[in-house]
Amino acid sequence: MPEITYREAIKNAMVEEMRRDERVFLIGEDIGTYGGAFGVSAGMLEEFGPERIVETPISEDAIIGAAAGAAMVGMRPIAEMMFMDFILLALEPLVNQAAKARYMFGGKATVPMVVRMPGGSGTGAAAQHSQSLETILMHIPGIKVVAPSTPYDAKGLLVSSIRDANPICFVEHKLLYKTKGEVPDEEYSIPLGVADIKREGTDITVVASGIMVHKSLEAAETLAEEGISVEVVDPRTLRPLDVDTISKSVKKTGRLLVVHEAVKTAGWAGEVMASVSETPAWDYLDAPMRRLAGKDVPIPYNRELELAAVPQVEDIVEEIRAIVQYRY
Amino acid sequence: MRSENLNANYDNEKTEDVLKKADVLGLSKEDLIDMYKTMIQIRLFEEMADKLYALGKVHGTMHLSAGQEGVAVGTGTVMQKVDYLLNHHRGHGHFIASGADVNKMMAEFLGKETGYCKGRGGSMHIADVEANNLGANGIVGGGIHLAAGVGLAIKMMKEPRVVLVIFGDGAANQGILHESFNMSAIWDLPVVYLCENNHYGMSADVTRVSSKVPFKGRAEAHGIPGYFIDGNDVLAVHETMKEAVEHARSGKGPVFVETETYRYFGHSKSDRNLYRTKEEIQAWKEKDPIGRFETLLIEAKVLNDKAIKEIYQEMSQVIDEAVAFAENSPEPDPSEVTEWVYA
Repeated sequence: MPEITYREAIKNAMVEEMRRDERVFLIGEDIGTYGGAFGVSAGMLEEFGPERIVETPISEDAIIGAAAGAAMVGMRPIAEMMFMDFILLALEPLVNQAAKARYMFGGKATVPMVVRMPGGSGTGAAAQHSQSLETILMHIPGIKVVAPSTPYDAKGLLVSSIRDANPICFVEHKLLYKTKGEVPDEEYSIPLGVADIKREGTDITVVASGIMVHKSLEAAETLAEEGISVEVVDPRTLRPLDVDTISKSVKKTGRLLVVHEAVKTAGWAGEVMASVSETPAWDYLDAPMRRLAGKDVPIPYNRELELAAVPQVEDIVEEIRAIVQYRY
Repeated sequence: MRSENLNANYDNEKTEDVLKKADVLGLSKEDLIDMYKTMIQIRLFEEMADKLYALGKVHGTMHLSAGQEGVAVGTGTVMQKVDYLLNHHRGHGHFIASGADVNKMMAEFLGKETGYCKGRGGSMHIADVEANNLGANGIVGGGIHLAAGVGLAIKMMKEPRVVLVIFGDGAANQGILHESFNMSAIWDLPVVYLCENNHYGMSADVTRVSSKVPFKGRAEAHGIPGYFIDGNDVLAVHETMKEAVEHARSGKGPVFVETETYRYFGHSKSDRNLYRTKEEIQAWKEKDPIGRFETLLIEAKVLNDKAIKEIYQEMSQVIDEAVAFAENSPEPDPSEVTEWVYA
């Protein structure tokens, strides 16, 4: 299978879906000649023209509102937020309009739209360009939240997101754009709401998404040398959350650590732990469930401070060791 | 001056030759009678809604449009079935004027399973997507960004439709109007912005909270043609909306129409009218859109007292039937409360 980058995988999904379905179009800031702030849509203007690569003014509220409006009358927009942080300027159309239209209108509206948004820290972009806001989005009934960690998942999940009939928040981690992975040439899709076990293990379940999947896999590699067997579960879709796969894994390993970059307080780790505690896996726990998350601070600018604000591989290793060594 | 006097042109008050004007607009005598009937239907619907609320039969809130029938009917008679409608929270009149089924509206108002939204939306969220009615909106200005997207979709699909987005003077002070104006102007989208300036955003006097009124200057600043007209003159609204809709439909881009009007009831059920006087309300009732149109139609011998009486009887019956339909309809089943969150 050919290896391509996460960035290319996302672009390929958009290009293939736009070739397949003329209702699909891309709307956002600087997505044409510039190719998008992270270069994801580079070259798409040449193929599809300005009618389907719709470059907008800097008007996030109107971009998401326009995407929702177009979706309500039969189009399938993909809106790009240049940074995930900017979705805060557009929560009104996303939360009050797109997410609720179907329910509010008694099931008679559909709003098939995807909002792609690069989140996460690591680029020195500081507090207003580095947030991980997926929990805010997960809290809204009517929205699905997808967060791929590999090129294979990114493409397959984006294809499903574009074909889905609901508003989807598609969270891309900006440090992953350059990462490579195998992606088949032939068409495929990955169903939303299905977790993937990225590494099998027997001593502890680590639930992580986005870039934290890679950090957790690295930690697992280190710990394997110490004889600790780590299972890494990537939910891939945060809402709906595949509680079944997670709880089965916890039942098997008897331990759970949830790792995310988003800040700890009211972060989605709490949702994973609460969900697991409501399943029979609870009876199999050999240690308290724990979460390792971003510190409760805005992301700082300085490189060392930035690294200190979010979980690193060593933090995950230490946390896993502590949980595995825990005795009731 | 921060704000000009909000005073639309009332010159055509004494249009004795209403028939000539109607003829120019392509409206027959029957059309005029239908317009009058619809205005009465709206007024009676709103009065019934108020009555049902007073009787304790309404669970939620409502925003009544009595006094604004001229805007609703002047507009509704211009729009075509293929056109999209994005309505505001005070939207009963516009729905009725666009041909909505009052039975389903009343049922929705009473929260019944037979309502337009199966009792999930209520008065503030009535919608009929299949009929291109994309809903009333509980957010002030909540349709304004959607309109840009609907306009964009129409343009992409190359269809001879327009999208009509209606909002009040309160929404005109939402920042999204600027974003939407700009977007629809740079892309020449077929968006018709209709601002129903009824002088108050809840209790806020429009001249107190707005840097400059009328608002049409804000549209014109974006290169969008703007109109400011007497919203209580149904024929003037019809005439202007016709011109505006033709402009948008012909591919010339967006257009903005501001209609000056007035609401008689309070903002919502919590309103005790502390911010305006009885005299002010009375003065506006003397400029009532129904009363003015009625006078013209009587003078033009299109209507007489007998015909008017019959119309009231007929429309009362329609509203009474709607209430009966709603009251006899089943409540939604609580076991279905989680349906329709996702498609």
